[in-house]
Amino acid sequence: MENKTAAVQMRDITKRFGTVLANDRVWLDIYKGEILALLGENGSGKTTLMNMLSGIYFPDEGQIFIGGQEAVIRSPRDAFGYGIGMIHQHFKLVDVLTAAENIVLGLKEPGRLNMDAVAKKVKAICDTYGFDVDPNQKIYNMSVSQKQTVEIVKVLYRGADILILDEPTAVLTPQETEKLFAVLRNMRDAGKAIVIITHKMHEVEELSDRVAILRHGQFVGDMLTAKTNAQEMTNMMVGRPVTLNIERPDPVDSKPRVEVKGLTVRDMEGTLKLEDVSFTINSGEILGIAGISGCGQKELLESIAGLQPVEKGSICYVADDGTREELVGKDPLRIADMGVCLSFVPEDRLGMGLVGSMDLTDNMMLRSFRKGKSFFTDRKKPRQLAEKVVKDLEVVTPSVSTPVRRLSGGNVQKVLVGREIASAPSVLLTAYAVRGLDINASYTIYDLINQQKKAGVAVVYVGEDLDVLLELCDRILVLCGGKVSGIVEGRGASKPDVGMMMTRLGGKKNA
Amino acid sequence: MRKQSKAPIVHISKRSALPWYHAWAIRGAAILLALVACAVVTTALTGEDPIGVYKTMFAGAFGTQRKAWILGQNLAILLCISLAVTPAFKMRFWNIGGEGQVLIGGLATAACMILLGDKIPNWLLIVIMIFASIAAGAIWGAIPAICKAKWSTNETLFTLMMNYVATQLVAFFVIVWEVPKGAGKIGIINQTTQAGWLPQIGSYKYLLNILVVAVLTVLMYFYLTRSKQGYEIAVVGESERTARYVGINVGRVIVRTMLISGGICGLAGLLLVGGTDHTITTTIAGGRGFTAVMVAWLAKFNPLVMVFTSFLLVFLSRGASEISTIYGLNHSFGDILTGIILFFIIGSEFFISYRLSFLKHTKKEG
Repeated sequence: MENKTAAVQMRDITKRFGTVLANDRVWLDIYKGEILALLGENGSGKTTLMNMLSGIYFPDEGQIFIGGQEAVIRSPRDAFGYGIGMIHQHFKLVDVLTAAENIVLGLKEPGRLNMDAVAKKVKAICDTYGFDVDPNQKIYNMSVSQKQTVEIVKVLYRGADILILDEPTAVLTPQETEKLFAVLRNMRDAGKAIVIITHKMHEVEELSDRVAILRHGQFVGDMLTAKTNAQEMTNMMVGRPVTLNIERPDPVDSKPRVEVKGLTVRDMEGTLKLEDVSFTINSGEILGIAGISGCGQKELLESIAGLQPVEKGSICYVADDGTREELVGKDPLRIADMGVCLSFVPEDRLGMGLVGSMDLTDNMMLRSFRKGKSFFTDRKKPRQLAEKVVKDLEVVTPSVSTPVRRLSGGNVQKVLVGREIASAPSVLLTAYAVRGLDINASYTIYDLINQQKKAGVAVVYVGEDLDVLLELCDRILVLCGGKVSGIVEGRGASKPDVGMMMTRLGGKKNA
Repeated sequence: MRKQSKAPIVHISKRSALPWYHAWAIRGAAILLALVACAVVTTALTGEDPIGVYKTMFAGAFGTQRKAWILGQNLAILLCISLAVTPAFKMRFWNIGGEGQVLIGGLATAACMILLGDKIPNWLLIVIMIFASIAAGAIWGAIPAICKAKWSTNETLFTLMMNYVATQLVAFFVIVWEVPKGAGKIGIINQTTQAGWLPQIGSYKYLLNILVVAVLTVLMYFYLTRSKQGYEIAVVGESERTARYVGINVGRVIVRTMLISGGICGLAGLLLVGGTDHTITTTIAGGRGFTAVMVAWLAKFNPLVMVFTSFLLVFLSRGASEISTIYGLNHSFGDILTGIILFFIIGSEFFISYRLSFLKHTKKEG
């Protein structure tokens, strides 16, 4: 590495939020012509560090050198001035504008705006690196991966030669990820410095040249990717040895628990979201649901949970004694009143599963506060439950009276999963249960899900990481555009096959 | 050439949590600063001695026993309306129709007094008045709530418009019941028989209102913080999606809460018409339906803290009007002082949530 020039040197960077030390005297070098993977657990300060480079935060202490000169970055505009561009996890695009319009948005160029020239320049950038963008396409007509491409082109258009990508693959299919990686390699070969933040180890190994690891806001070390492996990197992140195997016990005494037949759902605008979906969820088994995001996963789970009006079809709950109950047309309260104990870990944790401004205790009683005839609430039991969840799941929180919004993503998820499991469910629905969680927290969640499976719960696991789905689930249902593309056995299924089924119905190439 | 920016001088960061005495020290400092700023403005604009002005302000609020009682009465009514709008605001239902709900409650009270006065026993009349005023306010509050629950109409516009309807209704009935004909006002209702006048405790005209509101404050505090319904209100306010997810019937909670909110406003109307004024005009609420919103926000929807915030606002307005009469100043001058003081108090909340630090950029040997 010594013969390469350091594009960015961060020295003794410290950032505090209140009493929380997010970055503690971090040193980091970013080189041109290299892809650096920034690793760390949730809350280890990766995003904070990169936000200081891209002008969103300003460091409390420390210095940043760019091209050997000390730089002061107070705003994203300053960052662009230094050639730094960041692609955030949540896209910052205006839906009703075209790609080209979004790309020039906010740029102050003298003279009249010439959209033809812009389109030409965008085209040139695309040709150089192998992007596939139509400058005149509106954003709302684009897929997630196209939107991401626009974000990257936007940054390149502004002349960035240091690119930071925050979890760029979280929303992409395996095929789209491959395409993104190819583009990133092209950019590296063209001499740009690239930093990617990711939680997926196999991507780090596949893509990056060097890894830098943060733990609890401190810089732990960096090394060449070729000279390390997933196990070593994980141990460094966590600070102690961890095992990286997902358990998959064989289902015991598996019986049909929920039978879905011919389910058809339209959203508020009347768009068909699910079409004639039929499958069975068995007890003591994990049913994985794979698919590109927005293929009806959300509607499927919400239909079962009683939150989504259903146009056609039936969802039948089969109790242990064989009695059958129809769930369609009933709201969550009536489903619970029928004695069906259904737990649901929704995708939107703070917007649906929990109330961000309430503390752990109050969130614990969201499901149970109605119990009893008293006019007043009983906070004693929820408090005990909160304390138990904090202890059992190792939730990091100052106390059970802390608003859950203040907790980090992984801890928020533990609180939610802890509450949902506490009610001893017979069906557990989870949507993207490990999204945004680091390795350690993810494996805690996999363990919890497996414990439920062993206890005879019928588990539905909607996931986005195919590697995990293939390791964890007994069966995988693949959705494609709201239809069932196929149901495969988790044991022995191949990743390319499932990936193909996600993009084409039935997965056949001639479709 | 790259444009160089200087490092920022002031750095704003969120505070974690302040101990309560620290927060109150900041608020106290804000009030002191506000008084200093007011003193400067007073001397610059009028040449009066600011200490004298403050003394007058204080005298206007507490100067005589009568003034102190009026302060208590105004405080009670403002606090009552603030308590009424609080559950709605906690649910993020922007009820700015307190004004109309008070008016309609007052109108119902006046109607009972005029139409039933001396025809039925007085105790029965008062019972009917209580029910009628609360029901009228509750209905006035529930109409926008039902429309919001059923068709997601905008409650801000709806409740605001309901104020005008209530004002016009009162104006209409004032003409219907005017005494004497052509006077354009109702005058004191049942002046000789005092039928339908709420009972007076001892010789204290305003004591009953103050006691009723004091009890209500405690009840509202426990309703919001301890009851299941209060918990539902908080959940719906934070996120309707969460509420639906746990099986709360959002529409029902909205309507139920607005029945309570409107009902308490109606009660305020009863206290005004039946308890103290014994007449009704279109201005009987006097903008307190809106001031109440400020009281509730300043107290962050805590009913106990609202006692202090409503006291502050009533004190300022009583003091301001005293200044204008004693010094012969335009009434706007009192409002200017009130505005300055409120600005400082509301502004101090920023310093309670955030910390400003001045950055020192010392080069370290690297």
